[in-house]
Amino acid sequence: MIAFVVFLPLAGFLYCAFLGKLLGDRNAQLVTNILLFVSAILSWIIFFRYLGPTNTTTLQILNWMMSGTFSADWSLRVDALTATMLIVVTTVSACVHLYSIGYMNKDKSISRFMGYLSLFTFFMLMLVTSDNLLQMFFGWEGVGLTSYLLIGFWHHKESANKAAIKAFIVNRVGDFGFILGIAGIFFIFGSVQFDVIFDTASNYKNHTFNFLSFNLSTINTLCFLLFLGAMGKSAQLGLHTWLPDAMEGPTPVSALIHAATMVTAGVFMVARMSPLFEYAQFTNLFITFIGATTAIITASIAITQNDIKKVIAYSTCSQLGYMFFAAGLGAYNASIFHLTTHGFFKALLFLSAGSVIHAMHHEQDMRKMGGLFSKMPFTGTMMWIGSLAIIGFPYFSGYYSKESILENAYFASSNMGLYAYTVGIVTALLTAFYSWRLLFMTFHGTTRASNDTFHKAHESPKVMIVPLAFLSVGSIFSGIFLSDYFIGSKENDFWFVSLILSHNEYHLPFLQTLIIKLSVAFGVLSAALVYFYRKELANSLAQNLRPLYSLSFNKWYVDELYNNIFTKSFFYLASLFWKRGDVRLIDEYGPNGVSRLINISSKFLSLIQSGYLYHYAFVMLGGLVIILTWFVYY
Amino acid sequence: MFNVSLEHFLFLGAILFTIGILGIFLNKKNVIIVLMSIELILLSVNINFIAFSSFSGDLSGQIFAMLTLTVAAAEAAIGLAILVVFFRNLASISVEKISNLKG
Repeated sequence: MIAFVVFLPLAGFLYCAFLGKLLGDRNAQLVTNILLFVSAILSWIIFFRYLGPTNTTTLQILNWMMSGTFSADWSLRVDALTATMLIVVTTVSACVHLYSIGYMNKDKSISRFMGYLSLFTFFMLMLVTSDNLLQMFFGWEGVGLTSYLLIGFWHHKESANKAAIKAFIVNRVGDFGFILGIAGIFFIFGSVQFDVIFDTASNYKNHTFNFLSFNLSTINTLCFLLFLGAMGKSAQLGLHTWLPDAMEGPTPVSALIHAATMVTAGVFMVARMSPLFEYAQFTNLFITFIGATTAIITASIAITQNDIKKVIAYSTCSQLGYMFFAAGLGAYNASIFHLTTHGFFKALLFLSAGSVIHAMHHEQDMRKMGGLFSKMPFTGTMMWIGSLAIIGFPYFSGYYSKESILENAYFASSNMGLYAYTVGIVTALLTAFYSWRLLFMTFHGTTRASNDTFHKAHESPKVMIVPLAFLSVGSIFSGIFLSDYFIGSKENDFWFVSLILSHNEYHLPFLQTLIIKLSVAFGVLSAALVYFYRKELANSLAQNLRPLYSLSFNKWYVDELYNNIFTKSFFYLASLFWKRGDVRLIDEYGPNGVSRLINISSKFLSLIQSGYLYHYAFVMLGGLVIILTWFVYY
Repeated sequence: MFNVSLEHFLFLGAILFTIGILGIFLNKKNVIIVLMSIELILLSVNINFIAFSSFSGDLSGQIFAMLTLTVAAAEAAIGLAILVVFFRNLASISVEKISNLKG
């Protein structure tokens, strides 16, 4: 069954790649959708099987590499963690496939798009079902590749190409750490198989190695390298700059890859390697710090962005920050729980935003929207549901997961835990603020769109609405349904052997939950005040808090910083190597120099060639005499 | 009487060889002279062969001389044939004008 889940999307891709052009776009849409929905249903069946305590099952497909003691298999490993990822990936992917029929209906290369989506799903499933680091790396790079292809899907747009390349290159930085981590793990543990690594991890608890006369803890270093990979893929602070730019891709892509699935691969990897990360105390502090800082900084950027998709993109970064600091504090189950609920409500938010963009004829600027609720009540309702879920409104899915993350931070009883807790609450406030800012600017108030566009705005077709409905069910009920298994009384039975659980029986004191709820309410109310009741306030606030506003509006100048530090210096260095090193040194003395030397010497040598027969004969004779003399005398 | 020794023959051969060589180098007018000079060189070689054969009582030198004569005849035929074609193309057989190989 698991083989079907993983390989049906691949079949869909192969169909699109080889027969898509031949048999038409309509068939490509049908085939990929049917395959994806079958895959999604099967993965739900698998997930229900894993609700009770179930052992890990591994389906070995074939041996991939054998080289000395190094061995890696193609195999599908399923445990509770994988089953959770399976439902998130296939459900969101199926919804996005369905949605794409409507969203991309006027595109020129529909079957290519559907093929890429299916290929992405396959790689993502390969990543989550791997039983060794190498296969995981295969999936990891595969999703990076499809992300590149899909961001640059509209390749006639220069900005899309640039964003695609940026995403690829920034990810490379993280992947460099990841592959070093894999190599290091093989060097230390002698294997890349998860089971072997986990079984022997405790032996290396105090293992150190010497590097430049520093004694470094092996496990901390390895986990740090692995986390570098996770930082790149999950857009954490420092390597987050690619994610907002990735919004150049079509909106279904943003929903599937850059919100629900691929960017969570980093969180999944940390959770998967939890038996190893458990021993990496220092790295865990680092993860917590980075996660919490990312959460608040990206949330502070989101509150001033005007592009509807960029707001949601920064919100994704911020929520990923939540997941990471939970993982850093050892609450892997809360982290994965938030991953799951976030997958649903963030895909819902993105697809709703896509629906708005579709209605407004590819207008993404929120300053040119407003009052759309009357035109598209269903999409508006969906956006409300998604926003309620993301701010953690009671009994919506985000409520359970975010609360449990904050709970773990509160009881971590360390300085870093306190930092994460404080940041988590402030970020919750900011989240509420930007979510409601988005709602008010898009759906409520009087419209700022031109008359013509506003009149033409319409509710999206059914094929786009149905996936929204699916996802809204997930956004509302996944919290209630799953909280018992993920973080509640049945957590030990559910996670069983797949995660390291931190046992924390306490619940947040009433006062603390009140603080969280009040800060969220404050965020919502201030957004309502600024963007609904007293609109002039927004501008005057921006004027009065100029430095803060421009800091946030310009994304903390991270892009500019990178431009000046890395890009420009690399440009300078590259042009130095090119103009001085390559052109003037290597070319001059290498190929060009040699050819010039040959030219000169051949001109000189050709003077000898007189063309007269007797000259040649004379030289022949002279040569003969010399050779004969040589033979006679030696 | 005058006793003819091996040295006389070798001396004759050397003179003929030198005349042949000089004929090739000093001649500026006619390609036919070059061919004739080559014949002279071959003849000087023949004289050497026969002289050594006769004085050492070994016949193989004379057999070699016959072989050389045959080759020389063939070579002269081919050389003259080339010369005829050459003359047809350039209307000249002057050695000085043949310098197509000049670099």
